[in-house]
Amino acid sequence: MFVLVEMVDTVRIPPWQFERKLNDSIAEELNKKLANKSSSTGVPCLRQCPSAFKMGIPALWRGRCESQERLPGELGLGVTWRVHGHTQVVYNVGLCICLFDITKLEDAYVFPGDGASHTKVHFRYVVFHPFLDEILIGKIKGCSPEGVHVSLGFFDDILIPPESLQQPAKFDEAEQVWVWEYETEEGAHDLYMDIGEEVRFRVVDESFVDTSPTGPSSAEATSSSEELPKKAAPYTLMGSISEPGLGLLSWWTSS
Amino acid sequence: MTGNLWKDANAALLSNYEVFQLLTDLKEQRKESGKNKHSSGQQNLNTITYETLKYISKTPCRHQSPEIVREFLTAMKSHKLTKAEKLQLLNHRPVTAVEIQLMVEESEERLTEEQIEALLHTVTSILPPGPEAEQQQSASDDVAMDEEDPA
Repeated sequence: MFVLVEMVDTVRIPPWQFERKLNDSIAEELNKKLANKSSSTGVPCLRQCPSAFKMGIPALWRGRCESQERLPGELGLGVTWRVHGHTQVVYNVGLCICLFDITKLEDAYVFPGDGASHTKVHFRYVVFHPFLDEILIGKIKGCSPEGVHVSLGFFDDILIPPESLQQPAKFDEAEQVWVWEYETEEGAHDLYMDIGEEVRFRVVDESFVDTSPTGPSSAEATSSSEELPKKAAPYTLMGSISEPGLGLLSWWTSS
Repeated sequence: MTGNLWKDANAALLSNYEVFQLLTDLKEQRKESGKNKHSSGQQNLNTITYETLKYISKTPCRHQSPEIVREFLTAMKSHKLTKAEKLQLLNHRPVTAVEIQLMVEESEERLTEEQIEALLHTVTSILPPGPEAEQQQSASDDVAMDEEDPA
């Protein structure tokens, strides 16, 4: 579920930190910028290949920052390359965990009007980004008509939609819980998907949403239409439990 | 960091064990350095590393080591699985045929029942059980002991 992503970024170090070791300052700045974040705006990265994601193996290749390119939203992987200034692009990699290492430090420059140093850094970051069809285990956070919400603790935005549950399934409005109406010869057993239960699921889709602030003009346009959609998470996973062995762990352990 | 990375320029997949090692080392380093840990800029790093470590520590990678991982990968060579499939077996340590079928694509076509059994045997004999499996094991051991006591 974790991958190593190679990235390049320019790190700004203010003068009052000059006494510290350069590598320490840089590591701290990179973690400050990226740790626990899903959309890295302004950090150019080597790209992940969308068709490789489909094959189950994330593939990295070096993209050309000079070109402008838009990929179709295959499986929600909306990758947009934009050229702005030098090499700033918007790219979504997954949930950034922590810095793995610094592979190259280029020269540090001080620009007129700004006393801080700017260093171009090549580094590798540990990123949570499960591949398509990967099996994961999480805890049920809650149920809603949208489906079952699952969390891994460090990552919360996993949804198993109703059509991907073990069938037949029904939503119990009173208890706000999804139920698998498991059929046996003796009749139907109701298996409840309670909060806190551990569940094994398969990753079937992911989506990245650009959560950067929009300008005033687009805000006017949306306020006149129906109610504003609620704030989307930048990175969400869709899961499925509609196969033997998937669903609550307790459903499948032999007593 | 030891050479446990899947050395392929195209697939920089990390096993849970490697991330567990990394986060544990990072925690030690930050404990030693003392200051700066609580500065507002580091809060995100603190949160994500704490929560991720908490999650991974409950999985079978908890008791793995570089030697165990190496032994596992060597044993896996004869089973002809893809990188992603081996990674899942390493991370999950499946103990039933149903789990193997979930993690190995088109397993009905690629593996016979005997091969699935052999795979299970390799996985469970080389990889140590995770902390949760141990709890279940000790719980069922207690039950077994009670049953053995004469009335």
